[in-house]
Amino acid sequence: MTLSVNLQAVAYLVSAVLFILALKGLTHPATARRGNLYGMLGMLIAIAATLLGNQVQAYGLITFGIVGGAIIGVIVALRIQMTAMPQLVAALHSFVGMAAVLVAIGTFLTRRGAGELDALLMGEISAGVVIGAITFTGSVIAFGKLQGLLSGSPVKYRGQHLLNAVMGIVTIALAVHFAMTGSIFSLLLMTLLAFTLGVTLIIPIGGADMPVIISMLNSYSGWAAAATGFTLHNNLLIIVGALVGCSGAILSYIMCKAMNRSILNVVFGGFGTDTSGGDSAGAVAAEKGVKSAAIEDAVYWMEDANRVIIIPGYGMAVAQAQHSLKEMMELLEARGVEVRFGIHPVAGRMPGHMNVLLAEADIPYDRVLEMDEINPDFASTDVVLVVGANDVVNPAAKEDKTSPIYGMPILEAGRARQVYFLKRSMRPGYSGVDNLLFYQENTSLVFGDAKDTIEGMNSALKGGGH
Amino acid sequence: MPEVLDPSLIALYVFVLACFIGYWVVWGVTPSLHTPLVALTNAISGIVLVGALLVAGDPQAGGFTRFIGFIAVFLASINVFGGFLVTHRMLSMFKKKK
Repeated sequence: MTLSVNLQAVAYLVSAVLFILALKGLTHPATARRGNLYGMLGMLIAIAATLLGNQVQAYGLITFGIVGGAIIGVIVALRIQMTAMPQLVAALHSFVGMAAVLVAIGTFLTRRGAGELDALLMGEISAGVVIGAITFTGSVIAFGKLQGLLSGSPVKYRGQHLLNAVMGIVTIALAVHFAMTGSIFSLLLMTLLAFTLGVTLIIPIGGADMPVIISMLNSYSGWAAAATGFTLHNNLLIIVGALVGCSGAILSYIMCKAMNRSILNVVFGGFGTDTSGGDSAGAVAAEKGVKSAAIEDAVYWMEDANRVIIIPGYGMAVAQAQHSLKEMMELLEARGVEVRFGIHPVAGRMPGHMNVLLAEADIPYDRVLEMDEINPDFASTDVVLVVGANDVVNPAAKEDKTSPIYGMPILEAGRARQVYFLKRSMRPGYSGVDNLLFYQENTSLVFGDAKDTIEGMNSALKGGGH
Repeated sequence: MPEVLDPSLIALYVFVLACFIGYWVVWGVTPSLHTPLVALTNAISGIVLVGALLVAGDPQAGGFTRFIGFIAVFLASINVFGGFLVTHRMLSMFKKKK
């Protein structure tokens, strides 16, 4: 049985609507799973309609490819740790990018064989190849940085922007040349340059800017799919590509806004310093007039508190402290303490990273509040526990006009009666800016690995018993 | 003969309108689900699989082209299956207070 072109187009339309409903489902956690099912159904319809259409006639290789990809995809999806989500997403983005490049080149070869090349088509092929190639290598670099295979600190060298600009212009020139002449040489050189550009564009961006980069590459992968849709005159690919492209662009915007920086500043800024060393934390702290506290001090304040807010950051993910925090929440709640979590939009290495980790630890999502929701409540909170976060609570962002992070919206932890920072060392946050909150009268630092400290607190909470 | 609209122009219509839909739908997504949003959009961008199938299954294509298509099918399938499954795993963890 083969599907007529018109019937296939109707199936694609159904599929596109299902994808839109899938995204719509993410409006609320309660409808999100249904949304994902819509997405799966949409994909199933799209694949079936394509396979049944009369353009696809050789099934051998295809079956191998789908089955092989499915096996690997399923295994990876089942085994991946939630803390490794940013890496996984980066890796998957790279696959979309590479697939887009291959589809564009494949289309060029088949159309050339059929003698159907024209300038417009070759222009569209160029777009697919270039966006796909940048997505591919950019995501590979992002993966390397997130996985710790590459240094997370920004790599900067002289003439960096100039080099990128020159490569960008040459790539466009080659694309124009290719569109006009159909020269394979131009196509290959353009592809190579775009692969290089993906590397040189992402390598200068530091680890803590990863939420923006992940969002940006997410967006690129969408635009790559859309470009492929133009080449193939396939409206489904165009629609889906546009949806994904927009989604990533909006996330990039939200992330940038949460840091009070422009996307250009993130992409070209090379923000952040490589802060290493300085390990005798207690000594440095005392020197600077920072109070350090013992686990027992913090527990003493928390068990008598009415309200506690926990602010997790990337440090929580690194220490895998989310499960211990869940236990702490239960212990405190058993004593009648209200425990909630406050999340800064850029906490972690990808948008919403903290929410997923807390959900993984079985912490109910209605206890986890966004910055704007929880900020009014700090003033009436007894204890704030900052776990592996730093810049996102730094009052310098509000008070110090000369600070590099001035203007960034923060969680107003300093308004609470007591603030405890769980920290490994006195190292400043990612921005390299000293945290003014450390020196505040009501702030103390508890040094040590976040997970160990919290487990220590938990056993004190269990043993103490007033 | 009446003048015919270039099909690429229709594609452009579709693209621009889809951008608007994406814009409005995605602004409605709750920030707590931003990671699942990235994972889900990533899974659905596996739709390049459709393009890959067209290249790999083209009866007129040469061996090399079909091979390119095969690799693309393989990569995009990892995305589709891995992406939806990992999104499902994540979303299953989001629970309300019992």
